Amino acid sequence: MNDKSTNSLPLGEMSEGQRGLLYNYILGIADNSMILGQRLGELCGHGPSLETDIACTNVSLDLFGQVRNYFQYAAEIAGEGKTEDDIAFLRKEREYKNVLLVEQPNTDFAYTIVRQFLFDVYHLLFLEQMQNSEDETLAAIAKKSIKEVSYHERFSTDWIKRLGDGSEESQQRIQKAVDNLWTYTDELFHQTTADKAMVSIGVAVDVTTLKDAYYAKVNSVLEIATIEIPESKWFQKGGKNGVHTEHFGFLLADMQYMQRTYPGMEW
Amino acid sequence: MKNNWPLWEVFIRSKNGLEHKHCGSLHASDAEMALVNARDVYTRRMEGVSIWVVESKNITATNPDNNGELFEPAQDKVYRHPTFYKLPDELKHM
Repeated sequence: MNDKSTNSLPLGEMSEGQRGLLYNYILGIADNSMILGQRLGELCGHGPSLETDIACTNVSLDLFGQVRNYFQYAAEIAGEGKTEDDIAFLRKEREYKNVLLVEQPNTDFAYTIVRQFLFDVYHLLFLEQMQNSEDETLAAIAKKSIKEVSYHERFSTDWIKRLGDGSEESQQRIQKAVDNLWTYTDELFHQTTADKAMVSIGVAVDVTTLKDAYYAKVNSVLEIATIEIPESKWFQKGGKNGVHTEHFGFLLADMQYMQRTYPGMEW
Repeated sequence: MKNNWPLWEVFIRSKNGLEHKHCGSLHASDAEMALVNARDVYTRRMEGVSIWVVESKNITATNPDNNGELFEPAQDKVYRHPTFYKLPDELKHM
């Protein structure tokens, strides 16, 4: 996607171990977008109205577009003739590194939009930092994606305010979704082994530094939306290390069915 | 939910310098949401650089039943077109 010769640490000069860590680091980023994209894609034809249906699937397509950039790069790192489709569709459950938040089901529109909001705020903060990555490919993907994600964040924030500060029912539903999804937010700021290694060479975003800005933004929106901020200090984790919730297997079955039934299938 | 939302007419400018053109309608609870929905529904394939939305109830339209008296009288008045007139040869670029 760009000229790697000016990269501060060209792939060719990386040790086998470093390449493996970079590969895992990229999966950690890309899997969040892919799994959330898959969840939003499930709404195609099932959104609460034609307009929101198209809006959610637009976001889904934005995310899949970003994912392709990440996986093409990951495939280049992996070598051995691996393709972006292999990486996207042929891994097993434990090999997916997405956070638990994005795999949570579309219980209702409140859950869909709260999940989106809780991820978008993080995603935007993350991409703002990734623009400064020493890895030029990742920095370029961040620059390209940031406009899309700014819109996603605006869209979900707007809905949180509308529904939170809306009717009695919409307020209760948003509150319930926030209460139930809140437990998945802290994981966004956990560092994996790959994270730490890549932070040390200036490639990765140090997600621990995003936490204060994240909760400040989320809390300020929830306040405007008249939603109470959950007090629980107990948080779920595991997705980043491949330990997923019970919903994930079903999602993967849906997502992988086509490639596994018709290996190598193309459009 | 959607049944409670009013209808909006959407006008898109395809590029700077051109006029906004009517391209369709959609449902939204207010003007801001109508703009967002219009962006998502009507500009997914680079159709526009600017969007206007107008709540449909604010548009006053002619009644199709009156089309006869409104529009048909113009049909036999070709002399209202500039092309009806012969121009002198000296006039160029018309």
